Amino acid sequence: MRDLVHPWAAAIIALMVGIGVAAHAQVVTEIIDPPLEDPVLEARAQTVHKQIRCLVCQNQSIHDSNAGLARDLRIIVRDRIAAGDTNDEAIQYLVNRYGDWVLLKPPFKAATLVLWLGPILILLLAGWSARTYYRATPAQVAQAVPLTEEEQRRLAEILDTEA
Amino acid sequence: MTMRPMTYMPPVMFAVVAVALALGLLFVNPKEIPSALIGQPAPTFDLPSVDGTPHGLSSADLMGQVSIVNVFASWCVPCRIEHPLWVEVGASGEVPVYGLNYKDSQENASQWLADFGDPYTAIGADLNGRVGVDFGVYGVPETFVIDAEGLIQLKFIGPIDRFALENEILPKVRELQALMVADGAE
Repeated sequence: MRDLVHPWAAAIIALMVGIGVAAHAQVVTEIIDPPLEDPVLEARAQTVHKQIRCLVCQNQSIHDSNAGLARDLRIIVRDRIAAGDTNDEAIQYLVNRYGDWVLLKPPFKAATLVLWLGPILILLLAGWSARTYYRATPAQVAQAVPLTEEEQRRLAEILDTEA
Repeated sequence: MTMRPMTYMPPVMFAVVAVALALGLLFVNPKEIPSALIGQPAPTFDLPSVDGTPHGLSSADLMGQVSIVNVFASWCVPCRIEHPLWVEVGASGEVPVYGLNYKDSQENASQWLADFGDPYTAIGADLNGRVGVDFGVYGVPETFVIDAEGLIQLKFIGPIDRFALENEILPKVRELQALMVADGAE
């Protein structure tokens, strides 16, 4: 019976899987940083981590990122929480240094008004446009295309014959 | 007959959106995060020196004169590109340039300074990067201009080039130095 997979192909697949596993293992060891001993505090720290944007890889939270700076910030958040900060105080600590930018959810204030209200405004505008468009069209069409003389004559003819 | 809004609005809306997106693409660098610390006091710190350099750096050093704080590291490749300009500024004596050696090994940092020159009046070794975080540092190199009262007045992100040095950083330094002289004369 012939082998289903060529021995060389099998060897290459094995090698690639091996490299994948090794690479993955390396990443895992890199991102480990010591959790707090108290599971309640650690859970709070992680809640904060998930709200803080990584400054290096901008669309990840520091919880998800394995950038060096994200790790440093995770440890700082843990330190603040262990020292008795509330979650909001720990977040404010980072906002003071990096600005609102570190928040994955931007706060609602004067500078972010357009960001929060813009979509609603655009939706209202679209609704208003649609309303005017659909309301105006039938009347406009009737008005814009009056019957030609030929059509008028034929219409009169038809009406006459029926009468 | 006048044109109805529905005739010209779609192309107008399209043009508005296209221009807004083009401006965002061409003129906004998403990697430059505006600093929250402009006009705020520089953080309080006291850092040891890098091996082989005489002085450590503390926030007290930043008081009483306009100064530049340059965040650098031996592992940072763009730092090598900007470094000759700092050597030049250091030699000119126009303004003290302080170094914040960010998350570096002592050995590598002192070797790096030996190789490329040491323009710094004093260098603080920020081994765990905590002072860097206090400065809002998120990438190296970064450069701060700090006034005589210790307030951060300018932050430059990334390696400086001659244009940035001569058109942005040094003019800010001179402006603040002139202010200081004017205040002193009163």
